[in-house]
Amino acid sequence: MTWEVVIGIETHVELRTHSKMFCGCPVGFGAEPNTAVCPVCLGLPGALPVPNEKAIEWTMRLGLALDCDITEHSLFHRKNYFYADMPKNYQISQFDLPLCVGGHLDVTTSAGDRRIGITRVHLEEDTGKSTHLGEGGRIGSSGGALVDFNRAGIPLMEVVSEPDIRTPEEARVYAQELRSVILALGVSDARLEEGSMRFDANISLRPEGATELGVKVEVKNMNSLRSLQRALTFEIERQTKILDGGGTIAQETRHWDEEAGRTEAGRSKEEASDYRYFSEPDLVPLEVTEDIIAGLRSDLPELPAQTRTRFEAAGVDAIAARVLVGGGLVSLLDEAVGSGATAAEAAKWLTGEVTAYLNREGSDPAALPLDGGALAELIAMVEAGDLSSTAAKQVLEGVLGGEGGPRDVAESRDLIQIRDEGALAEAVASVVAAHPEEMARIAEGDGKLIGFLVGQVMQATGGKADPRRVSELIRESS
Amino acid sequence: MSDPADLTIAEAATALRSDDLTAVELLAAVRRRATMTEANIHAYLTIDAEGAEASARAADDAFASGDDRGPLQGIPIALKDNMVTRGLETTASSQILAGWHPPYDATVVTRLRDAGAVIVGKTNLDEFAMGSSTENSAYGTSRNPWDPERVPGGSSGGSAAAVAVGSALAALGSDTGGSVRQPASLCGVVGMKPTYGLVSRYGLIAFASSLDQIGPITRTVADALAVLQGISGHDPEDATSYRGELPDFGSQIDRGVEGLKIGVVSELSAEGTEPAVGAEFRTMLERLEGAGAEIKELSLPSTAYALSAYYLIAPAECSANLARFDGVRFGLRLDGETVEEMMGATRAAGFGPEVIRRILLGTYALSAGYYDAFYGQAQKVRTLVIDDFKQAYEQADVLVTPTSPTTAFKVGERTDDPLAMYLSDLCTIPSNLSGDPGISVPTGVDDAGLPIGFQVLAPALAEPLMFRVAKAVEDLAGFDARPALASSEGAA
Repeated sequence: MTWEVVIGIETHVELRTHSKMFCGCPVGFGAEPNTAVCPVCLGLPGALPVPNEKAIEWTMRLGLALDCDITEHSLFHRKNYFYADMPKNYQISQFDLPLCVGGHLDVTTSAGDRRIGITRVHLEEDTGKSTHLGEGGRIGSSGGALVDFNRAGIPLMEVVSEPDIRTPEEARVYAQELRSVILALGVSDARLEEGSMRFDANISLRPEGATELGVKVEVKNMNSLRSLQRALTFEIERQTKILDGGGTIAQETRHWDEEAGRTEAGRSKEEASDYRYFSEPDLVPLEVTEDIIAGLRSDLPELPAQTRTRFEAAGVDAIAARVLVGGGLVSLLDEAVGSGATAAEAAKWLTGEVTAYLNREGSDPAALPLDGGALAELIAMVEAGDLSSTAAKQVLEGVLGGEGGPRDVAESRDLIQIRDEGALAEAVASVVAAHPEEMARIAEGDGKLIGFLVGQVMQATGGKADPRRVSELIRESS
Repeated sequence: MSDPADLTIAEAATALRSDDLTAVELLAAVRRRATMTEANIHAYLTIDAEGAEASARAADDAFASGDDRGPLQGIPIALKDNMVTRGLETTASSQILAGWHPPYDATVVTRLRDAGAVIVGKTNLDEFAMGSSTENSAYGTSRNPWDPERVPGGSSGGSAAAVAVGSALAALGSDTGGSVRQPASLCGVVGMKPTYGLVSRYGLIAFASSLDQIGPITRTVADALAVLQGISGHDPEDATSYRGELPDFGSQIDRGVEGLKIGVVSELSAEGTEPAVGAEFRTMLERLEGAGAEIKELSLPSTAYALSAYYLIAPAECSANLARFDGVRFGLRLDGETVEEMMGATRAAGFGPEVIRRILLGTYALSAGYYDAFYGQAQKVRTLVIDDFKQAYEQADVLVTPTSPTTAFKVGERTDDPLAMYLSDLCTIPSNLSGDPGISVPTGVDDAGLPIGFQVLAPALAEPLMFRVAKAVEDLAGFDARPALASSEGAA
């Protein structure tokens, strides 16, 4: 039996607005616990929510970027359930009148292009964060939890895809592309490792050709794009085995364990599936006019798909374009081109050495001491012959390490190539004189030894001689 | 002069600005009155002696240096204990908040302080404002100053009782289904619920968010106006706070009722009304007619369902509003093996039976499969009530009813029958559903000497018209009786 895989992804995105969704507390990461709190986000008696206009605007911008319709009369609803990290034990969210409905995101995988439907984008508030103490040991007072409410109330966008995704690869590419759109809009840091972007997946299998959906399993705790793909791959295997064996899939929530490489059934807590939604009486309905929508639409920045097309037209290959857009390197490339480099050459450096550096150091492109102008300068120095490509890599390392601009680093590290004819001739002459046998064989046609002699000249000059010119000079001497 | 505790705000304001009286003296008189009466009526949960003293001295300093913030400066005012006061215990009359000292002030508190008022303390209420008698307080029932065997009404019973005896010159209460107007009526004082959105709810411990409003309880209509002016106006901390230009609430107050059309709601003037209350109401109608008003009988059919709709909407909203009381961040906490057990134990121990009853009712009304039949339906009825009022106000300028169908009932008389208790709010609830303003004015007493209140309802933002008719009623009634106080002069 061939099984068709049906996947839908729910994405939660923390907005990096200045303040929280319903109060003036600052939005940040890593502060001392319970220091970015107030009566409102702590849910103290008497406190009231006041909506963050920017958050609403940014949610609509994402909706527009995903080609959604904006709901002109939108409502906030109370989603009621009890949990220690929920200050009010209800979450102010949206129910049947979300801000954005009915859009799509186009993705390209190894299997080709696909359009993934977007069901809705809505706005809600994030919860606090629980840290569970010491598992195990039921004796005495072991166990408990610490709750940090710094995160409570941070604006959270929820993007729900249609169950249009068919493979784990597609899921990963969808997630990647969504992340790129969000980064292009500047509405979130979208850092999976920090939790400012989180994925839950719903996956079911059905016989190929069937129209009814199979039993849905929810998968949570996938903290990277890689785990998203791995978790779904695992689930497909797990569910296929069960179904092939004639069994049925349990409708449940499963948690991905990255270390073990498997999903586990969640602790059976009472799934409070009845949230008793009712419209939030502390807030007035959101009225969005045509003018507001038109204004937001005209202000949309260039989106990833448009950027990739533009880069490819400028001579960057498709894969490099994808890496640049996905890696937050768009402005660096544009700056480099603006300072005189070709797109293709700048792309090579950015997708090569710079990306390798970013991955090694775990850095943020925006925080690099390298700007596009410096990159263009570096490329120009290579093209002019002032730097060999090896030397250039070292210079780049120095620039990334904050040692200064390319020329400064090249000089202070003494990496500038020797191009002076006299100096080169002198260096070549000494080596030639020291290797008469090799020179004789070169004269007879053994071209390989040129390389050896070039190496000798490089050694003698501390690697700074221009190897192309040295090679020419050696030939001339033979 | 007479005891300063018996002054109205208007009288005290004059006295404070002459050499007759200082704010410190006024506060002392009020505190003496409290000392005299508290054993009998238990209006207060907390008296802030130090804070009040400091405010009174500050008011006197301000007067002396020519800094005059207005009529509320130096005036001793009590606050219902469901309004948060920074550093001063706030309990909502519940065990679940025993010992809770809020880290912030409600907006109305800030505004009163900025106006130079002297906050005497926090008054008793039905727990979380749920009730019509103060018998649901976790800290004992308040008593009606006119007969301590009887209730002062609720849920703002403590505030009404304090103003009635003079242990505050004014008090703030909150009105969700009549909880300012009904106790005012039962205690023979003035109580007013503003148009929804006029007074900030920031810092009011929420019962039913779409119905709650803070309102003044005072001895006179003019005093209620002064307090309303001091506490009303847009608040950026409350998203439901009215943003438009405010009318001058007192602009018509002395114009009388000549030429006005006064509507009598037939559905609200008959069922369950005590004969004495009915008679007093009709007498007042005749007087209003004599003063030049046209009395019209109107029918608002949906008001027959208003009580039922209210007792679905209010519990539904309260079931969510009270979910935050879980022992995690503040207030009472009982231990448990798991978080769920801890929350359950805390709430079961911390909430009284009426609160639990309403949380369960509200949760049920919102639950899957029942939402449409209960909460959804109630909201539709609410729209009908709003429409009925709109139509009525096309035929009359104001509407009038008895504030409460009965005078004060005995303590314990209705505690076994929640539905009988709910009927106390029959005449007041419809205007909470519609968001329109209403005021209760005492006009007389029954044969047992128990006060009777006359209610004036007006369209949204028509406070000027409402105060106008209320003032006329007050003048026509000429009600100036005071409850007899316990004779303990020696103890003062």
